[in-house]
Amino acid sequence: MAYPANYRYTREHEWIEVTGKVGKIGITDYAQDSLGDIVFVESPKVGAAVTKGEVFGSVESVKAVSDLYSPVTGTVTEVNEELASAPEKINTSAHEAWIMKVELSDPAEVDSLLSAADYEKFIAEETGH
Amino acid sequence: MSTSTAAPVLRKTALNAVHRHLGAKMVDFGGWDMPVEYSGLIAEHMAVRTGVGLFDVSHMGDIQLRGPESLDAIQHICMNDAAKLRVGQAQYSAMLYPQGTFVDDVIVHKLSDNDYLIVINAGTREKDFGWVKSNAQKFHCHVSDYSDYYTQLAIQGPKAAETLQKLTSVDLSTIKFYWFKWGTVCGLPNTLIARTGYTGEDGFEIYIPSDEATSRRVWDEVLEAGKEFEIIPCGLGARNTLRLESALSLYEHEISETINVFEARLDRFCKLEKGPFIGAEALQRVIAEGGPTRKLVGLEVIERGIARDGYCVFNEGGTQIGSVVSGSPAPFLKKNIALAFVPREYASLDSEVFVQVRNAMVRAKVVPIPFYRRPKKQS
Repeated sequence: MAYPANYRYTREHEWIEVTGKVGKIGITDYAQDSLGDIVFVESPKVGAAVTKGEVFGSVESVKAVSDLYSPVTGTVTEVNEELASAPEKINTSAHEAWIMKVELSDPAEVDSLLSAADYEKFIAEETGH
Repeated sequence: MSTSTAAPVLRKTALNAVHRHLGAKMVDFGGWDMPVEYSGLIAEHMAVRTGVGLFDVSHMGDIQLRGPESLDAIQHICMNDAAKLRVGQAQYSAMLYPQGTFVDDVIVHKLSDNDYLIVINAGTREKDFGWVKSNAQKFHCHVSDYSDYYTQLAIQGPKAAETLQKLTSVDLSTIKFYWFKWGTVCGLPNTLIARTGYTGEDGFEIYIPSDEATSRRVWDEVLEAGKEFEIIPCGLGARNTLRLESALSLYEHEISETINVFEARLDRFCKLEKGPFIGAEALQRVIAEGGPTRKLVGLEVIERGIARDGYCVFNEGGTQIGSVVSGSPAPFLKKNIALAFVPREYASLDSEVFVQVRNAMVRAKVVPIPFYRRPKKQS
């Protein structure tokens, strides 16, 4: 699995790609693989406030439901409508199938997130490999 | 997103290394390290509904009862009428506590007049074996735990017979559903071939020696034989969605020590007229008192949302009336379905109830079970 070097990651397995003041957020390839076949994504509404470390939605696979935690604090500017009818896009391309875009209220928050190398190290520890 | 991994000491089937080599995701299932999925749960589910899939079900337990009073012991311990079995026939049944609730559901195979094989669940193996052993004591029969002697493979799906036929000289068309024969499979003589399964499809369960080399060889040969039907190995994830679509009971979900036979709607497998057996008196009392107050129902979720195990069921007035015991998206039916216990007055078809899916109340209606019934076969 390749984890883009320009993304930052959470220990809850979300990624964020920041361009200017806007962050595009999704779940990692490791996360989609652990969940299995994804059948439903519950996204926040445009304009909703999200807080770093707090739940902003959920993703459901056939066998499980998992909460989604926001990597940053800010306001939702866009949600990926495509996932409503094709949630399986997350299985096929987790690092492209973003879930929401957030205008960051404190861009410095991103600095505390994991780099790709740190995230890979983290999941290696978590899976015991 | 959060995930968790745990690594307690788990029991392994002879095919454990094969599952890991195939890249299966492994989970703790009743103390066993079992594959939950290989290529993907939906693909595996669909393979069994439309072609053929292969399951390692060696974690299931096998109890043998042998001796002149083995039938009497089974009649005392199990709720179905084993006297009706002919040699070569299998029967769905259950062992009950005196209060009419479930020790476990089982399949009884009649090997000969004095020799029976009872297949039990993995998570309840020790409990079941102890139960049979203590309750069979007063009968002239010998109880043995054969669980570790067998690797049990389930070949399931409309192409299961064509797949397995390549590996055996036994004419599989002569084995009816819920019957079995002994024969050579993959060169192994005296292999039990049963036309049984837990997927709602046609299929076979075969019992082969549990040594690793033999198990691995047969596993590979079945996969090779099914290649033209696009056979794939299937895990417990697909096994669960398949059995749920077919509304087959799972221990600690639809049946348990707090659920009785009528509530679980398994009374068609319970023969109160056959004579006394453990649990019968309590069930007679349930009838005398007017029947069970709650019942298992099938729910189809009408609004958006997936009802999952443990979610609460409410009536229109907002009173909790029951809970979901199994719930999932149904890959073949493409609906969100669930099994739930609700009071009798909500159990009639088309009754509307609500399932609390996290913060939302989602509408669902009572539908007939099984949700899925396989098309009648021509052969």
